[in-house]
Parts: sequence; C-alpha cells; structure tokens
Amino acid sequence: MYVAVKGGEAAINNAHELLADRRRGDRSLPSVTIGQIIEQLGLAVDRVMAEASLYDRALAALAVRQSRGDLIEAIFLLRAYRTTLPRFGASVPLDTATMKVERRISATYKDLPGGQLLGPTFDYTHRLLDPSLLTDEPVDEPKRKDASDERIMRVSDILAHEGLIEPDGEFPADHLAGDLTREPMEFPMSRDLRLQALARGDEGFLLALGYSTQRGYGRNHPFVGEIRIGEVEVEMEVAELGFAVSLGRIRVTECQMVNQFKGSSKAPPQFTRGYGLVFGQSERKAMSMSLVDRALRAEELGEDITAPAQDEEFVISHSDNVQATGFVEHLKLPHYVDFQAELALVRKMRADIEAARNSGKDLQEAAE
Amino acid sequence: MTDLATYNFAYLDEQTKRMIRRAILKAIAIPGYQVPFASREMPMPYGWGTGGVQVTASIIGPEDVLKVIDQGADDTTNAVSIRAFFQKVANVAVTTHTKDATIIQTRHRIPEQKLAEGQILVYQVPIPEPLRFLEPRETETRKMHALEEYGLMHVKLYEDIAHNGRISKTYAYPVKVAGRYVMDPSPTPKFDNPKMHLSEALQLFGAGREKRIYAVPPYTEVVSLDFEDYPFEIQKFEQPCALCGAEGVYLDEVVLDDKGGRMFVCSDTDHCEERREHGHAGAMLAPSKEAAE
Amino acid sequence: MTDTPLLKVSGVSKFYGSRIGCKGVSFDLWPGEVLAIVGESGSGKTTLLNCLSTRLIPTTGSVEYRMRDGNFRDLYHMGEAERRFLMRTDWGFVHQNPVDGLRMTVSAGANVGERLMAIGDRHYGKIRETASDWLARVEISTDRIDDQPRAFSGGMRQRLQIARNLVTHPRLVFMDEPTGGLDVSVQARLLDLVRGLVNDLGLSAIVVTHDLAVARLLSHRMMVMKDGHVIEHGLTDRVLDDPREPYTQLLVSSILQV
Repeated sequence: MYVAVKGGEAAINNAHELLADRRRGDRSLPSVTIGQIIEQLGLAVDRVMAEASLYDRALAALAVRQSRGDLIEAIFLLRAYRTTLPRFGASVPLDTATMKVERRISATYKDLPGGQLLGPTFDYTHRLLDPSLLTDEPVDEPKRKDASDERIMRVSDILAHEGLIEPDGEFPADHLAGDLTREPMEFPMSRDLRLQALARGDEGFLLALGYSTQRGYGRNHPFVGEIRIGEVEVEMEVAELGFAVSLGRIRVTECQMVNQFKGSSKAPPQFTRGYGLVFGQSERKAMSMSLVDRALRAEELGEDITAPAQDEEFVISHSDNVQATGFVEHLKLPHYVDFQAELALVRKMRADIEAARNSGKDLQEAAE
Repeated sequence: MTDLATYNFAYLDEQTKRMIRRAILKAIAIPGYQVPFASREMPMPYGWGTGGVQVTASIIGPEDVLKVIDQGADDTTNAVSIRAFFQKVANVAVTTHTKDATIIQTRHRIPEQKLAEGQILVYQVPIPEPLRFLEPRETETRKMHALEEYGLMHVKLYEDIAHNGRISKTYAYPVKVAGRYVMDPSPTPKFDNPKMHLSEALQLFGAGREKRIYAVPPYTEVVSLDFEDYPFEIQKFEQPCALCGAEGVYLDEVVLDDKGGRMFVCSDTDHCEERREHGHAGAMLAPSKEAAE
Repeated sequence: MTDTPLLKVSGVSKFYGSRIGCKGVSFDLWPGEVLAIVGESGSGKTTLLNCLSTRLIPTTGSVEYRMRDGNFRDLYHMGEAERRFLMRTDWGFVHQNPVDGLRMTVSAGANVGERLMAIGDRHYGKIRETASDWLARVEISTDRIDDQPRAFSGGMRQRLQIARNLVTHPRLVFMDEPTGGLDVSVQARLLDLVRGLVNDLGLSAIVVTHDLAVARLLSHRMMVMKDGHVIEHGLTDRVLDDPREPYTQLLVSSILQV
C-alpha cells in the first residue's frame, strides 16, 4: 500500500545534524579558530568580504568556517547578514593616493616616483610544494621599510599632467553613488552601478571575461598602469559637523588599467581607463574587473559591441555568484508537477504517432 | 566578535517591507506588469523562493495564518523549510488547510479548493519574463511589453502546432492579464491556468533573483493565449486519484515498482486528505483493506 | 499614380562627428514609384536609407509620410510605438543579408505569419493558408512551409524575406542591396520576381544598390550619391543613357566595359 511521503521536517533536521558533524570533522583534532582563519587563510577571508560587499574579517572568517571552506556559500552567508544591516549613508570617495601602500607596481614605467614595491606577492615564487609547511616551522620576521607618510602619486596622475588620459568620470557634483542592493537594477546602467556589480561579481567569471578580451573577444589593448594594495582611510561627511570624519582604515586592491584608444566620433585619441577596486588583497579580481569595466565602456566610447565582455546585460546579469549558484542549484528542488505534465504530453504525442502509423498500415493492408 | 543582531518581525526591516509593499501596490494597479524592485539577499538561495518569501514577509502580520506548498504538497522539503522560516522569524500560525490560510505561498501549483475573497496566493517565480526565451534582452522585452508587441509569443505557439499538431507548452503557459500584459504564471501546470481567471483571491508573484513583482488583483481576467482553431485546453487524467477518488484534479504519478507499476494520486495533498476524511476512497484504498485481511 | 506624394524628404543630413554620412537630401516619392539610390560603398546611400526608414535619426531634416488616412506625419516626431507599428504593417525592409531580416530558428510559415499575428490574427489555419499563398508567390514550394530558413539557399532566403515583408500589404518597401550576396543567375530570377511583385501590388520602393543593372531593371527614377551628396537625380533611363555628371558617366562607362 502506498504511503505518501511524510516527514520532510525530520529529514531536514537530520540533514542539518549531519552537516554539523561533517563540518566539525574528526573530534580528536583541534577545531580551527576564527583567529587562525583570519591570519592564515587571509586571502579566502578577503574574497568573502569582497564578494559579499561587507568589510568585516571576523564575520567573513566565521562564514568560511561555517561553510566548511565553500567560499561561495560563505559569501552567501555574509550577504544574507549584510542585507539586514541599516544603511547610514555613503562615505566620501576613497583617496587611494593617500594609501599606505604595501604593494605598488606599474607596468607602464620602469621607475617612477614612489618606486616599484613588490610586497607580499606570489608572483616570483616557484610553485613548488613546500614540505616545511607540513610542520609548524618558525617563520622569519620580514624586513620592513620605515613607515613614511609620503603620498605616492598615481600613474594616472602622471599621464593626466600631459592630458594624455581621460579624466575621472563626469558625474555631476550632486550625483549620489547608486546602490544596486537598495534600488531596482535597470539597464542600461551608469558606470558607478556597473562598478559596484563588478566589485561584488564572481572572481572566476570576471577572470574568464577579462581573459576573453585579451584573446580578441572585445580587445582593448590594456597596460597595467598601476596596481596598489594597502590601507586607506574611509571618511564620511557628517551633516551636523560640516566636515568628514574618519571611520577607520580598510585594506583594498586598486587596479588602473590604461588602454590605448584611437579616438572615435565621441572621444578624441587618448588613453582610456578601466578601473578595479576590491576589498582586501586580490589582484586577480581587481585586474579582471578593470579589463571588464573597460570592455563595458564600449558604447560610451563609440566602439562596436561584438563580444560577450562588452555586453552589459550579459555580464552584469550573470556576474553574481550567489544568484547564479542559487538558480543553478534550484534545479534539484522537486519539479515533478511540471515533469508530470511533460510526461503526459510525450506519451500522448507518441500515441498519436503510433496511431497514425497503424492507420497507415491498415490502409495499406486494405489496398492489398 | 560582533554581536549578531536580532532580526525584525518576518526577517526584513520595516524600510524594506515598505519598499516591497510599494512595488506590490504598483503591481496591483497595473495587473500583469512586472514591477522592478530592489530584491534583498535572503537567507535562502536564489531560485528557492526568495521572491515569494520577500512578498510574504512584507505582507504578513501576527494575525495571519500561513500555508506553504511546493508541488501542491505541504510536506515537500522546501515547503517545510519556508514554513519553518516564518514560524521562526514571525512566529505566525501555520496550517495545511487551504481554507484556513490567509496567505498561501506556493511553488508550481494552485490549490484545488477554490480560493476565497481575502486570501492571498503568493507565487515563487524563477523567470518572470514570458518573452525571455524568445528574446534574451531585458531592454528589448521591456520595450515589447510597453508597445504591446506580442506577435513573437504567437509565433512560438504557431511553431508548436506546425511541428507537433498542438500547443505543446504544458506549464508556465503564457496568459494575458486584463486584456493588456502578457504574463508568465510561474511554472504551474497549465491545468491551473483557469483557476487564475476571475479569482476571488489576490495573486502576488515574487521573483527574487530577477527582482520583479507582479500581481493579478481579485476578479481580473486571465486568458491563456491560443488560436481560435486551436483553443487552450488543460490536461485531463484518465483515472481518478487512487487514494481519494477525486476527478478533475491534478495528479502526480507515483512509481510503485520497477515493472511499470504506477498509481496516480492528488498533487494537492491537503485536498486529498480532506476528501479521505470525508469518507471518499480511491481504488488503491478500498481494495487494500480486503487484501489486508 | 495620384497627385500627392507618399513620402516627402527635405534636407536630410546625417553627421558622424565631423564626418558626413549624407547631406542635404530632398526628394518626393510617389505611390507606385521605385527609386534607386546608387553609389559606391561609403557614398552614404545606406546611411540615407537608414535615415529614411527611421532606423537612424538624422542630424537635421524631416521626412513626412502619408498615412493610410491621407494625413502626412513627420516620421521623426512620431512616438516609437507608432513608428514600430508602421514598420511592421505599412512598411517593409529587405536586408541585404536575409539573416538580418528573418528568424532563422523558426519555420518559413511562422516567418511569414509573424506580422499577421503581430497585428492580431488568431486563426492558425488562416495564417497558415496566407503564409502558404505567399510562399507560392515568391516561388518557394509550399511543402517547405515547416522548414527553417537555415535549410534554405541564399536565393530562397531572400525570397522568404520578401514574402515576410509583403504579407501585410505594405505601401512602401525599403531594400538594401537586395541581390547583394547572390549568384548572377539567382540575382536575375530574384529581380524578375521583385519587379513582378512591385507591379502587381502597386508598391512604392526605395532600393539601395551599387549595381546599375539592378537600378535599370527595377527603378523608375534614380539618385546617384557620392561622398554623402546626391550628385545626379532623374528618370532611370535618362540617367543611365545620358549621364550628365562626370562621376555618373564614369560609373556608367565602367559598367558598360564589364
């Protein structure tokens, strides 16, 4: 006798218990602490903060731990928390020229004021697995330069002196930065919203799109004008005070891509820019973002739109990994009502064909 | 470590609820029109009912009685999960009885029992745009709606007939609302389309990932698209429900063994249970008593 | 022909930055008349065609169209809704590449029937019958009605595109190099067909072509363009047999030498 499936609730509870068990793993091993995640898996924490659009190391580390290291799941956890937070206002634009740089490189100049600073990069490591990391060997203290308050000029400022590069964006002074987490998103978008979407966008997706522009799908002749990583002050205007107060410092990665541009009916020949800015340390993301930002300016600059990376609706509609993972994975929810309808249709169509074939046979037989 | 904030009644903050209610009001004022809204990240994945949950969260009050169904059933895992969510964050009464509910959130079905005035049916919508698979671009589809350019929709139906001899769309079957907007009824089987027409209940549709809300106000015309010589038809089942004997309801096929044995039972579990309580019995229930002897 | 034009074009210019697309073009088009716009590539003829058909909005100038109610309307002051309605009912646009004017993934029947459904026809059988008639008129076997144009040859696709445009009995058709990508023998057949249809239906048409033979065969009047300007304008026979401008003489002689 058939018994209707019951006990969805119990099943869910059991699943959650098992999940908690697997998250903890072997109880004889110490549990990883939030502090350890922040300190030793810092780049994972940075990615979660960047794509969740919430700068909080401890919560991001908690999310990494809770998600068993599934970073998109961690991003999702942090986003679902962020969405419940009140919004007080917008900071004044970050002045990255005042950044305390830890890394700063330019590919367009051999040397430049402020120098090339490699900082903590994987770039010149040989990718050989390091057996010393199997045990907890002591690590030497790094050499540090004396902290100076020297302002390190941006490469874009150097080019701007000669008027060779387009100026910063042209929003009017009273333009309020958009926020796609608070306002309905509509196409076409303004560049501030687009940059916000890219900053939250999936690193892998943007990497692939940026890569595609280099391989000819919307080529835009990029040079890394500058990448800088370091801490920068966040300030906010408080209406009653009439001046900006500091809210603290955050670590960001900024990439200014300088792109060759021959000029068009809309703009004179000059260098144009693609921009990337990401919470924490993520050069790959900042660079990809700046390539895609530049590609998405095709229409503004009067270029032909021929490649996926130049297609605003395509890129922005698919860059969010929380949206993407949700929708892809929703396919595992029950769809049996719709499937039933399809099943009935296919059966009916097959029956029709069968009937038609048989009646054809009858006719043939009758004719014989 | 930051103190995790306590959550507001029904999870969403009041500002957000007001924003969503404004979108709902606009949607009701323009039946079938997709109103963009600033969909929030919700604590369940996109595609799993975030739109419906936001709509429900914005309209639910402490006095409401909530029913949640998925595939017509109250006990499918996602329905259980969403019902538990509202019990936790809004502490509202829940029910499985269609007639007792003030708000019914659904995925893929409309209850068999006729809804009454004062009830609200909230649909979870994955892709709100009925023209999406004909025209992928949002900018273009919005224009098509604005200019009422729906020829393409009929091209699709024409193709179906030309190739299959019938309109082969079985679910998410497009409808025209109040003689103006073409609307996707969400992936409910077309069997349920007639229930939308002149419904006494308010019908709200929430698409979280796609950030759209639309509505069919009570007593609004909802017409399934078709051709004069190929009129819209709903699915018919050859036998009644094996458990409650109901006819003219939507049935799920349940596979009983690996030898082709199967039975058909009500997809609306509440409807089925209620009928059985009232003494109705289908083929599978009646003889099984004898077999047990 | 009546004594009122169908289309009144005055002073249409289109600039791309400082570059001229076309400049100061004025003419009237009469009911039943076929006008050819000829010139080399880059002469501005396609820009002009796009301006006239409102696919591009010119920098200056106006185009007035006589609606079915007899009133003239300035095309550039119409709402988009009205303009799009006009384009799918009273006008046609035949693209050089049929891929741009057809839906390649729906059947030939649906391609022809789309305009009918767009204006409210809801009887499958009648739509199909009309589509079938039109396929026959453009010499496509009606048993291909359920095939997609992907399976059609270039000439068939072009004929299908024409049927798709004419099914609503438009009064004005724009054609952009309609024989452009086709073999010479296929071209001749298509030109014959178009000429027949234009005559039978009393269509007005504006045909852009670089091919003087096409202009000779199809058009009553022609305009010769160079560097965005109309340099010569007159009856087709007169322009081709007795060209006045040195550039036109060059064009005509180069054709004759071939």
